[in-house]
Amino acid sequence: MTEQTKERGLNPADNQQPLLEIKNLAITFDTPDGPVNAVRNAHLTVMPGETVAIVGESGSGKSTTALSAIGLLPGNGRVSGGQIIFDGEDITHASEKRIIELRGNSIGMVPQDPMSNLNPVWKIGFQVKETLKANGLAGNNSKERVAQVLADAGLPDAKRRANQYPHEFSGGMRQRALIAIGLACSPRLLIADEPTSALDVTVQQQILDHLDTMTTELGTAVLLITHDLGLAAERAEKVVVMYKGQVVESGPALEILRNPQHPYTQRLVASAPSLASKRLQSKPLEVAEDLNAVVKPEHPRNTDNVLEIKDLTKVFKIRKGLGRSEDFTAVDNVSFSVKRGTTTAIVGESGSGKSTVAQMVLNLLKPTAGSIAFDGAQMNNLSEKELFTFRRRVQPIFQDPYGSLDPMFSIYRTIEEPLRIHGIGDAKSRQARVKELLSQVSLPSATMHRFPNELSGGQRQRIAIARALALQPEVIICDEAVSALDVLVQAQILKLLNELQENLGLTYLFITHDLAVVREIADDVCVMQNGRIVEQSTTDEVFNNPKSDYTRNLLAAIPGSTLLI
Amino acid sequence: MFMFISKRFLQLIPVFLGATLLVYFLVFATPGDPIAALSGGKPMAPAVEEALRAQYNLDQPFWIQYGLYLKSLVTFDLGQTFSGQEVSDVLGRAFPVTARLAIMALAFEAVFGVIFGVIAGMRKGKLFDSTVLVASLIVIAVPTFVLGFVLQFFVGVKLDWAKPTVGVGAPWGDLILPAAVLGLVSLAYVIRLTRTSIIENKNADYVRTATAKGLSRRRVVSVHILRNSLIPVVTFLGADLGSLMGGAIVTEGIFNVPGVGNLLFKAIKAGETPTVVAVVGVLVLIFVLANLVVDLLYAWLDPRIRYV
Repeated sequence: MTEQTKERGLNPADNQQPLLEIKNLAITFDTPDGPVNAVRNAHLTVMPGETVAIVGESGSGKSTTALSAIGLLPGNGRVSGGQIIFDGEDITHASEKRIIELRGNSIGMVPQDPMSNLNPVWKIGFQVKETLKANGLAGNNSKERVAQVLADAGLPDAKRRANQYPHEFSGGMRQRALIAIGLACSPRLLIADEPTSALDVTVQQQILDHLDTMTTELGTAVLLITHDLGLAAERAEKVVVMYKGQVVESGPALEILRNPQHPYTQRLVASAPSLASKRLQSKPLEVAEDLNAVVKPEHPRNTDNVLEIKDLTKVFKIRKGLGRSEDFTAVDNVSFSVKRGTTTAIVGESGSGKSTVAQMVLNLLKPTAGSIAFDGAQMNNLSEKELFTFRRRVQPIFQDPYGSLDPMFSIYRTIEEPLRIHGIGDAKSRQARVKELLSQVSLPSATMHRFPNELSGGQRQRIAIARALALQPEVIICDEAVSALDVLVQAQILKLLNELQENLGLTYLFITHDLAVVREIADDVCVMQNGRIVEQSTTDEVFNNPKSDYTRNLLAAIPGSTLLI
Repeated sequence: MFMFISKRFLQLIPVFLGATLLVYFLVFATPGDPIAALSGGKPMAPAVEEALRAQYNLDQPFWIQYGLYLKSLVTFDLGQTFSGQEVSDVLGRAFPVTARLAIMALAFEAVFGVIFGVIAGMRKGKLFDSTVLVASLIVIAVPTFVLGFVLQFFVGVKLDWAKPTVGVGAPWGDLILPAAVLGLVSLAYVIRLTRTSIIENKNADYVRTATAKGLSRRRVVSVHILRNSLIPVVTFLGADLGSLMGGAIVTEGIFNVPGVGNLLFKAIKAGETPTVVAVVGVLVLIFVLANLVVDLLYAWLDPRIRYV
């Protein structure tokens, strides 16, 4: 691959020494089933001040490669070959003491998930201060210094905030705190491991912009790890594509995007929703081929509204202590309808109330005001029996396929359970139905003897879909059903959902924060902000001619949307 | 926080009443006649027996007996034992001894349990870990009276490292061996709990982030992993304090400790209701207070827990 790297331009090392150089790197994990080669023959060069992105799906070895540079491989992982050279020094097998010296002030890290990467039991300020202290930078006036570091990372009111615990911070604020920690000691290299993939698009954009500004000011080189090709192309000068533990392609970002050589990169470019959504406008013909998975069904649809939601409002009481409480309107006067056999998407950022709407439609949460009509019948005061019938006709698919399947249930039991509860068929016919469902979601029938932990995320989400289909529902509520999946898997699942819609005449209510996904699956869109619908129309209308500023901001924040491909 | 603590103290009243009522009833319903036991089975003049029954309110129906007991309790009169001593005096002698024993045992299991648990957890699968796991399993499996006698014989008599029995007044030094025996089984549980909790937390994302900051390994373990791992351990220790106070009968017997366990055992055998109820009442108070302390420790260990 080295030849290829050279061949494809980027000849940086004229007279400059690379800051980080990874040569022929191999990383092995020792598992009970024997050694597993997670990374093989990886090459990578980062020049001082440069931003390099490693792109790949989960399990491609991109994080493992980057983390090996600061000795953060998990306990059973080890570098089994090759070299890691930092600033001219071979640190492949450096002592723990030397690595600890390098961490923080030479190589910093911003981790992926802001929710789990701050220690919940210590104050934010404490966690920043110990970083400074460990690297001998706390000085006499550490409190001021901590506030300064946090303020630099764009945290408002930093002095007061430093005295708070992580759970008092929003996701975006936590990520700012983590950026503050990563850059506190002005490292020369920052490893940013999917720094924003857990955040809303608009927050993501702010954070990345800020990170850009800071690293440019400090002259810090960035090794950006991401699964989002659009984001990589937008933020990095150089892109390294990894697949199954190997570097399959590397070179200048835009060139890789425009002219991918390796088949995997080509697939990645084709199925990246953030890019595809733009391509729909620029090269419609080519895209129709790429996305034949997601073209709309041919047959004409009924026009009756299977769901009618009118003036739906939900008010939560937030406890303020000492018996006082404050009203919080999560959903405010929301009205929309869903036509039978079509897909309606509700788009919004976290906290916009979109999931609350879904829960009310599923009858898992009681509305404060307003009405929901399903197939013409009001659902305000269903009897227990009516509710039972309703549950059969409306089914959910949730976001996290790791959390929504019972780990103690075999796949067979998971899919069969709804049939059993609703007293459908006998043991034999239920088994036949489970087999049929598994084939509908393109899984072999032998899967039914397995358990969720033996399956990949995409397979689990297929199981969740099969479980939802078991009762032959008319409406499926997908609450961020593809958000937790890799791009390629996401494209497969969207394709599957679309085929099922075509074959079974399903109606989808699709809750998502990702406008790019909406583009591929939805017929109608409602954009929600702070509990209200700010815009609702057909998908084409919303994308081509957004009416509200908020929708325009959301569209602009899709990574890669400004790139001309 | 203030509201929370006062609420918990108010809850003490029904808990105390319920517990004493239950114990009072259980002793009342126990077969056997306390007066006959008092006389050692010898015949007694009917007049004397009558007088004794009246003195201990044994001629009254159950509810009157309990009511009279509560009435005297309000005036801090805990009643008398059959041998004529004030129950409060007897309690006052036995409780400090047991309290010393229990605190030593608790400190022993907390300190060594957490230290061994942390080391075992951090070196999961290594020799130290396996040794500790097997040893703790043996300790859990062998009954306390066997452990007690074995240690008394070897450590106390053969090696003469500690006093094999407890002398008058039960000074701290004499209690070392019994405290170790008493805390040994719980020590095994604390080690295992700490170990599991450490293993669970050491792979957390925030631990990796802490390492990436450039912190030393010692600091990562003591500041970031340990505090997050202590909640289950603290829960166990809090509940254990109660059982150490009340359940030391075997250990107290082996080492001849004049503590609460012995007192309670004798009182139950004799059907001496005032003593039994007083001892159990105090134990209930200790149990409830220990749980309150545990709850407060939770909030200190994990700031996400807040009480309203």
